[in-house]
Amino acid sequence: MRIRRMNRRGALAASAVVATLALAACSVTGGAKANNPTAGSTGGGGGPVTLNALFMKQAGYSEDDIAKMITTFESQNPNIKVTPTFVAYEALHDKIVTSAPAGTYDVVLMDVIWPAEFASKGLIQDVTSRFPDSWKTDMLGGALSAAQYQGKYYGVPWGPSTKLFYANTDMLAKVGATTADVQTWDGVLTVAKKLKDQGIVQYPLAWSWSQAEALICDYAQMLGAFGGQFTDDSGKLIVNQGPGVQALEWMKKTMDDGLTNPASTTMLEDDVSKTMASGQAAMSLNWESTYRDLNDPSISQVVGKVAVMPTPTGSTGAHPGVNGSMAWAIGAKSAHSDEAFKLIEFLSSEENQDQFAVSQMPNWKASYSKPDITKTNPDVFKAAGVAYDSLISRPEVPNYTQVSQILQVEIQNALLGKKTPQQAMDDAVAQANALK
Amino acid sequence: MTTTPDTVTGTARATEYPPRRKKLRHTQGFLAFWLLLPALLAVFGVVIYPTLRTLLISFFQVDSALATSTPFVGLQNYAHVLSSPGFWAASGRTLVFTIVSTTFELVFGMVVAGLLNARFPGRWLFRTIVVIPWAVPTIVNAAMWKGIFNAQYGSLNALLTQLHLIGDYRAWLGDPNTALAMVIVADVWKMTPLVAFFLLAGLTSIPGELYEAARIDRASWPRIFRSIVLPLLVPSISIVLVLRTIDAFKVFDIIYAMTRGGPVNSTQTIAFYAYTTAFSDQSFGLGSALSYLIVLAILALTTIYLRLLRRSEMSLL
Repeated sequence: MRIRRMNRRGALAASAVVATLALAACSVTGGAKANNPTAGSTGGGGGPVTLNALFMKQAGYSEDDIAKMITTFESQNPNIKVTPTFVAYEALHDKIVTSAPAGTYDVVLMDVIWPAEFASKGLIQDVTSRFPDSWKTDMLGGALSAAQYQGKYYGVPWGPSTKLFYANTDMLAKVGATTADVQTWDGVLTVAKKLKDQGIVQYPLAWSWSQAEALICDYAQMLGAFGGQFTDDSGKLIVNQGPGVQALEWMKKTMDDGLTNPASTTMLEDDVSKTMASGQAAMSLNWESTYRDLNDPSISQVVGKVAVMPTPTGSTGAHPGVNGSMAWAIGAKSAHSDEAFKLIEFLSSEENQDQFAVSQMPNWKASYSKPDITKTNPDVFKAAGVAYDSLISRPEVPNYTQVSQILQVEIQNALLGKKTPQQAMDDAVAQANALK
Repeated sequence: MTTTPDTVTGTARATEYPPRRKKLRHTQGFLAFWLLLPALLAVFGVVIYPTLRTLLISFFQVDSALATSTPFVGLQNYAHVLSSPGFWAASGRTLVFTIVSTTFELVFGMVVAGLLNARFPGRWLFRTIVVIPWAVPTIVNAAMWKGIFNAQYGSLNALLTQLHLIGDYRAWLGDPNTALAMVIVADVWKMTPLVAFFLLAGLTSIPGELYEAARIDRASWPRIFRSIVLPLLVPSISIVLVLRTIDAFKVFDIIYAMTRGGPVNSTQTIAFYAYTTAFSDQSFGLGSALSYLIVLAILALTTIYLRLLRRSEMSLL
C-alpha cells in the first residue's frame, strides 16, 4: 500500500515536471507572434471579413448611435462585417489587455491615458504611416494626443472630451444667483453654501470621487484651476507641492462643510449625472454628453433647467478641463489591419462625427464653424469650444495605471479624513517614485 | 465513536474482487476510462495547464500581455510581493472577510437548517424560498445590495432613518469603516442557504431513535444538541467549513461588482489585488506569484482542517 502511494506520487511529480518542461519550451506569453507585419494585411482581394470592435458603454455615443454608424459603414463596405462589443469604461482597459494575446479585437477604443502603456508594451499597431499629414492640422490638438506616443501615431482620435460644469439654474434662482455667479470656484462655494443654508438642496455638489479614474479626472480639473500640473518638466510627479495640495484641500473643505454629497466617494460620472437628473444636486462636473441626458425627459426631472459652461476658474484665473479624449487603435494581433483602419477612418471622419454631435463633440476644427452642425447642440458647442482651448493632461507614462491607483487611494485618504491633504500627497509622490 | 461507515470514504478496494469478475471489471474500467477522458482533457485544458503555466510565469518578469522579452528572475517576484505592504494589507482584509463571513454563515446556516428540519405545514415552500439567495447570480446579488446600501435612495438608509437609528443618510459603501462589513453582509445573505442545506442534509440523516432515546433519558435540549446533533453534524460542518473558507479566501466577483476594492482599498481582498496587479498593472509575473501565494495559503488551510477532522475520526473527508 505504502509503495503504491509513493508510485502514484512519483508519477504525479514526474508528469508535472514534464508538463513544466513542455511549457518552458513555449514562450511565457503570446508575445513571440505579436507585431508580425505580414499578419497585418489581407490583400483586400479575399472574401468577407469580420471585424471585432471594442466600444465603451457609457457616456458619449449611445449603442443606438453605434448601430447606425455600423449599418452605414457596412453598406459602404459590403465585404466587411463589424461585430461590436460594449463594456463599461471601468472594464475597458483590462479587457483590451486580457484579449490582446488571443487577438480577439481588431479595433479597440482607448483612453487618452493609455497610448503610452499600450504602445510601449506592443498591444496596439503603429499607424503613423497611415496617418495623413492634413489630419495633424485639421484635428484638435487635445484629441490628437489621445492617439500619440513619443511622436508616433498609434490610433486615430474619436472625439475630444473634457468635463464641463453643469448648474441647475432653477435652484440657483431660488437663492438669487445666476450662472454669472458660478464662473469661479469661489463663487461656486458661496452659492453652494446659500443653497444649503436655505434648504434648497441638502448637498449642492456631487462628484465622481469613487476609487476610480473618474476621481483623477475631477482632481485634474481642480489642479488645473489652482494653476498646477501633475508633473514638472522632467516628468517628476509634483502633486505634493502648492496647487496639488491646495486643490485637494479645497475638495476636502466642500466635504467638511457639508456642501458635497458624502456619497460622492462611491460615485462615478453616471451616478453624478443621475443625482443631477433627480434634482439632488445643484452643480457638478461631467462630460459633454451629460447635457443630452439631463435634457432627456425619460431619465431626467430637470429638463431645460440645466446650464452648461466651461469649468469655473480657480485662484489663478485659469480653467483648464481634464483631457478625456479617446482614440481608435488596431489590436497588435489583428489579421485585418487594412479593413480595421478603414473602419476607424470612417468612424473618425468629419462627416460621421458631425451627425452625432449631440452625443459627442467632433474632433475636427472645421465642425466648430459650421452653423448647421453647431446648432444641433449649441450650448455644449459654446462651452466646449472654450474648454478645448486649454486642457490639462494626466501623466503620459507607461505605468500610468499604477500611478493613478496610488493617487486614487491617497486622494480618498484625504477626502475621508484619514490623512491631511499634504500627508496624502506626500505619500502618493513617494509611492509613485518607488515604482519601477 | 464511529458513525461513518467505511464504504462512504469512496475507496474501492481492488484486491477484494473474486478472480472471475476480473474480466468484467476490466471492460468496465476500459469504458470508464473512455467516458472520463473528455472530462480529463477539459480539466487539463482549463485547470492543470493554466495552473502550471501560472507557476512558470511567476518565475519570470512579464510586463506585457504580449511581452517579447521575459527575463527569468527566479524567486524575485515572490520576494517583491512578500515585501510589499499592499500584499499584507490585502491579506489582512481577506482574513477578516473569511473569518467573519464564514462564522456568520455557519451560525445562520445552523439556525435556518434547524428551523427547516422542524415539521410544520408548508415546509416545502420555505425550503424552496430559502434557496433563492444562493440561486441568484453573484453579479445580481451585488447589484441588489449596492442598491440597498445606496447613499441616496438605498432602502437600508430609509429603514434606519424611519426607525430613528440614524439622522442622515449614510454612504455605507463610501466609508472605509463600513464598506467591508457591507460586502460581508451581501456575501452572508447569499451563501447562508448553501450552508443551511448542507447542515439540513446532515440533520435529516440523524435517526429519530436517538432523539427518542434521549427523551426517555430526560436529556435537556441543549444537552441533546451538544451530545447528539453536534457530533453527528460534524461531517457536514467540516465539508461546508472547508468549502466556505476556501471560497471566501479567494473572493473576487462580489468585490468587483460592489466596490472594486474602494474606498481607499478598504475592500481590496487578496484575489482582487492579484487581479489588479496582473491585468491593470500588466505585471503578470507578480500577479502569478500572488496567485501562487493564495494557492499555498488555501492549501495550508485545507491541510490543517483535514488533519483536525481526521483526528476527530468523525469526518467524511
